[in-house]
Amino acid sequence: MSLLTEGAELARPAGADARAEPSLAGVGDYIALLKPRVMSLVVFTALVGLVVAPGHLNPVLGFISLLCIAVGAGAAGALNMWYDADIDAVMARTAARPIPAGRVAPGEALGFGMTLAGGSVVVLGLAANWVAAGILAFTIFFYVAIYTMWLKRSTPQNIVIGGAAGAFPPMIGWAVTTGGLGVESIVLFLIIFFWTPPHFWALSLWRAGDYARAGVPMLPVVAGEAETRRQILIYSLVLAPLGALPWMLGHAGVLYGATALGMGAGMVALAIRVKRESGLTGAKQLFGFSILYLFVLFAVLLADDRLAHLLGRTV
Amino acid sequence: MSVMVHDNGHDDEDGVVLTDEQKRRQRARSIAIAVALGALVLVFFLLTIVKVGLHPGRLAP
Repeated sequence: MSLLTEGAELARPAGADARAEPSLAGVGDYIALLKPRVMSLVVFTALVGLVVAPGHLNPVLGFISLLCIAVGAGAAGALNMWYDADIDAVMARTAARPIPAGRVAPGEALGFGMTLAGGSVVVLGLAANWVAAGILAFTIFFYVAIYTMWLKRSTPQNIVIGGAAGAFPPMIGWAVTTGGLGVESIVLFLIIFFWTPPHFWALSLWRAGDYARAGVPMLPVVAGEAETRRQILIYSLVLAPLGALPWMLGHAGVLYGATALGMGAGMVALAIRVKRESGLTGAKQLFGFSILYLFVLFAVLLADDRLAHLLGRTV
Repeated sequence: MSVMVHDNGHDDEDGVVLTDEQKRRQRARSIAIAVALGALVLVFFLLTIVKVGLHPGRLAP
């Protein structure tokens, strides 16, 4: 298989034959391939999409569906690490990952990722429905083929377009419950889609050297810091009102609306600081706050929905 | 490939001999695979029970 061979050659550490020794991979290395931290955010946003969607879902089927979404996200992470092993090896943040470190052979990661990807899609189709399974399959394809293999190494807009992969999980959750797509799920998609650029570009501001060494055309590398800071502010200004859209459209209550507007104001305030300063303090604060922003927004959306059900109001 | 070499310089005909660390990690991987397979069996069992419970008529001849 040419892809396997190519990946193996790219990932092989200099001067080492990755397959010469029996595997030293531990269970933890295979868990690391699944990118558990990314997976946790995927599962959480999918859970919110699943719960706030109209209709009833058997809890066991809901749990199995979330498990499938988690495994599918992990599979995408493993395939990403398989393909990116060469650039991971030259970046400080990723050099210790299982493949560049030589603990997992590239072919093993590829097989692991493909097996989990296929398994998660099929089981989700059987447990929930084939619309949800189809979106999960497309998400894995989009992350691996469109983002990892194509966009990441070819355009500074890589994480803008590629961010769609991370925005699909609430739509999958919604489809699990309803068997289709709704305006509400598209709004949740848009929130994560417009959240991704300021989140990743804040990180890339202090990792620009890493990306430059690896030849990844991240915005600060290609367009410079000033332009990146400007783009962060623009996307934050779009994100702030967008975050409140579920409330504006009547899909969520005042609790969510107030939280979204408050957190959105926080994002914009930090983005303005990032734009004005020349150091990295603001960028690091924005990166941390952006994670909190998404978590709080989805958590409050979930709480608001449960509260609405409890009080018997229709929002 | 780790191959045991005797004092007389000939390779051991038993082939690859794993170090203790390699054996320990191989065992851990085997246990993880067993747990994953067990979980898969449980998932399919629960799926079947729930699906049959939701649509009992589908089993009617």
